[in-house]
Amino acid sequence: MTKTAMQKELVERVREGQPLAIARMISRVESGAPGVVEEIAELYAASGRAHVVGVTGAPGSGKSTLVSALTTCLRRRGESVGVLAIDPSSPFSGGAFLGDRIRMQDHAGDQGVFIRSMASRGALGGLSRATADATAVLDAAGKDYVVIETVGVGQGEVDIARAAHTTIVLSIPGTGDDVQAVKAGVLEIADIHVVNKADREGANRAIIDLRGMLRLSLAGAPGGWAPPVIPTVAASGDGIDELVQSMQAHFRALVSSGELERRERAMAAARVTSIAQALVVDRFRSYESGRRFTSLIDEVYRRELDPFSAANALLRPSA
Amino acid sequence: MESLPVGSQSPPIRVLVAKAGLDGHDRGVKIVARALRDAGMEVIYTGLHRTPAQIVDAAVQEDVDAVGISLLSGAHMTVFPEVIRLLTELGVAQDICLIGGGVMPDKDVDTLTAMGVAAILGQDTPPDVIVETVRRLVAERRRAASAAGRK
Ligand SMILES: Nc1nc2c(ncn2[C@@H]2O[C@H](COP(=O)(O)OP(=O)(O)O)[C@@H](O)[C@H]2O)c(=O)[nH]1
Ligand SMILES: [Mg+2]
Repeated sequence: MTKTAMQKELVERVREGQPLAIARMISRVESGAPGVVEEIAELYAASGRAHVVGVTGAPGSGKSTLVSALTTCLRRRGESVGVLAIDPSSPFSGGAFLGDRIRMQDHAGDQGVFIRSMASRGALGGLSRATADATAVLDAAGKDYVVIETVGVGQGEVDIARAAHTTIVLSIPGTGDDVQAVKAGVLEIADIHVVNKADREGANRAIIDLRGMLRLSLAGAPGGWAPPVIPTVAASGDGIDELVQSMQAHFRALVSSGELERRERAMAAARVTSIAQALVVDRFRSYESGRRFTSLIDEVYRRELDPFSAANALLRPSA
Repeated sequence: MESLPVGSQSPPIRVLVAKAGLDGHDRGVKIVARALRDAGMEVIYTGLHRTPAQIVDAAVQEDVDAVGISLLSGAHMTVFPEVIRLLTELGVAQDICLIGGGVMPDKDVDTLTAMGVAAILGQDTPPDVIVETVRRLVAERRRAASAAGRK
């Protein structure tokens, strides 16, 4: 088979929802395999139907358990689900320990569920660079929902808000004076707040605190949507029905208010911007090894040229 | 068309590590998983008491190069043949390298090797030997797969 015939067949099999093809395709977008841009172009044109849901929150707050419970609930309603679970790569070895599947074992053998663990591979902000493309792959494969579990470490992990239609932020009871979402700087990105581990002591306190805080800070939410606070026990499934209903209500509100279009435009802009930036960085790398770079550095070193002019000269197409 | 702005070197080795059977702790496999991670691999850890169907399902979705199954409870002669059967049924037995860990008699090792388990590593195998074995076996498979135009 020729290269293009193989590519066409792979894309076709992804669109039929074949697990092996989806898996291979996600690996191809992760590694930037030769020819993958053409494949993504076709899949992108076939995507745009799935409801993309992001789940973020501190490590151990129950994200993976919640994603699994959500998946079970969605399956009962006849919806198919793709899951992307991101964990950090080690900055030292480049390797990663991807453990989210431990909590997602109930779906083996269910053709309506596809779960993929992804290493962040150096990206900051809670996702990996390939997450958006992998989302498009699952979407084009016909999944009704794509659920993204973010890394969940550190502050301001807000990229998910530019990758999902509905962002769920998890907090848990009894983790200090402040609500977790506030400490992590992610209060503002929540379309839905979940207080998970509501079986634990202090859950009511956490719920009341969060509701109080939201009343103060979110007077004019876009599209008239007021982020609800939903208690859940992900481990037992309590509250998950309410959460799914709220996700669906949020999507309907996005549609009816026109906010959906605004968000999808912002998502597209974020995506194009990040690819363009990466292309510039790549191009710069190829300059860096060139003679022009060396001679510009010489000039800057001898103070015949300032660093700004040198950088500008480097990025201008050479005469 | 311009290529995607991501790394063009060969992608990191992905390994699924599972613990099958009934015995109840995973300290050993976790040590192995961390050694593989520290060697630059992406390790998908799936936890305790996994069934062959769960393992193979996960291996397919994760598009791994290798599957390592650790097992102490003596069920190796049912678990490995079933995993091989499922991988073969899906047509991926030649692309995914199957590695066993644990204690078992030599004659079982021979039988399983003949069935297609790429390596069986005893319980006391040092982590760096495990790392080297995975590297070598995966490199062989990747070469064979790319020569056959499968990847
Ligand atoms: N008590 C209680 N424990 C939970 C609940 N949800 C998850 N857990 C436990 O919290 C731990 C971390 O869960 P996990 O889903 O891995 O969290 P993640 O790191 O945010 O993905 C596990 O031991 C879960 O069993 C819950 O609702 N109540
Ligand atoms: Mg998790």
